[in-house]
Amino acid sequence: MTTDADSPDSTPIRVLVAKPGLDGHDRGAKVVARALRDAGMEVIYTGIRQTAEMIVEAALQEDVDVVGLSSLSGAHMTLFPRVLEGLRARGLGHMIVIAGGIIPAEDAEALRAAGIAAIFGPGTSTETIVAWLRDEVPRRRAER
Amino acid sequence: MIDGVLARDRAAVARALSAIERDPAGPLAAALHRHGGRAHIVGVTGVPGAGKSTLVAALIGAWRGAGRTVGVLAVDPSSPLSGGAILGDRVRMDAGPPDDGVFIRSMANRGAAGGLALAASGAVRVLDAAGYDVVVVETVGAGQSEVEIADEAHTTVVVVPPGLGDGVQALKAGILEVADVFALNKADLPGADRAAAQIEAMLKLGHTLRDPAWQPPVVRTVATDGDGVGDLVAAIDAHAAHLRSGDGAGWRARERARAYAELRRLVIARFAAAVFGEGGARPAAIEALVDALVAREIDVGGAAEAVLGGRARGG
Repeated sequence: MTTDADSPDSTPIRVLVAKPGLDGHDRGAKVVARALRDAGMEVIYTGIRQTAEMIVEAALQEDVDVVGLSSLSGAHMTLFPRVLEGLRARGLGHMIVIAGGIIPAEDAEALRAAGIAAIFGPGTSTETIVAWLRDEVPRRRAER
Repeated sequence: MIDGVLARDRAAVARALSAIERDPAGPLAAALHRHGGRAHIVGVTGVPGAGKSTLVAALIGAWRGAGRTVGVLAVDPSSPLSGGAILGDRVRMDAGPPDDGVFIRSMANRGAAGGLALAASGAVRVLDAAGYDVVVVETVGAGQSEVEIADEAHTTVVVVPPGLGDGVQALKAGILEVADVFALNKADLPGADRAAAQIEAMLKLGHTLRDPAWQPPVVRTVATDGDGVGDLVAAIDAHAAHLRSGDGAGWRARERARAYAELRRLVIARFAAAVFGEGGARPAAIEALVDALVAREIDVGGAAEAVLGGRARGG
């Protein structure tokens, strides 16, 4: 079996990539999903038009390290906090929630305050996201 | 965590699946093993694009409608280059609002030979112990490891799309033998009649059947609008009833086949790890045999004998 089978630290990083809200633009999310896969991560892709409730349930069942939310519809201020609240309500506050899409600076500040760990706007290189996750996930796993 | 699994607490089930994936034969597996044996384990396999995930989604709906709970293990290959994976089965399976009676877990093979099947056995053990009435293992039927997973199941459904043409012939290699039920999916598309006829012809040719007393039915389905899904559920149930008929010898035979396959895989994996030091430095004795082979001082059969003889004597 795999050599790293015994240590949670060396199991692949698991990331749920979800698109809450009603816009169907998931190209950015798919590009990120592929980049994370190519970096050796396991990406659970849930598709478009997900409700906050569905995202929380999928994150729970898949036991992910990270929930990545993407929204281009401007609904991030209502939907992202709902995901954060749902995760905390289910005892999943340890999961890292990151966001991508078009998010104005003033909203980004509020979302960070609400518990979004990082926001990657348009033009962010996938390398930046990969490096951030490789740094952050082991730290969070060690804290559990 | 064990109590949580037995009480079907979904967070506990999720954590147990992660733990058992890391160690499919450890203390957790031992504790849960005693509580299993109730679920009907249904394998669903077929070529990429056959519509497996959509069909599983439709099956979930039908089973839930009949009051049965369902656990699903959706297995996809890891990238051989990066070890990563995109697991996209939830896109089709997880369409509605969350339902207490359904649990879906995506799993990647993490690149280990035989490891996928072992991890899948472990995951099935968790979902079985959690008390899901039906446990589905969905895999891409493209290679040997997937056929191995099919023998995890009591009932294996092979999903075939129309228009495979002579591809149906190619299915013969391995995957036809493991089919208990064929789902001819996308049966509204051209070529469905021909594909059904080809499968039936092959079955009539006396193709090697796993169970001579069971003729695998060919059920036509259109997963996207639910056509034939009731018939497919009935065929899967009929197969379970067949296994349990009489004194239940068929069911016991499947249970024994599953147990044997899992034991064999685990012993092979551990033996290989012990002999070849997989994951760490290769043992000096193995390196010496490799050198002797390259120098043509020994042949491969003799080298294998040296390894096995040494193991047999020295433990």
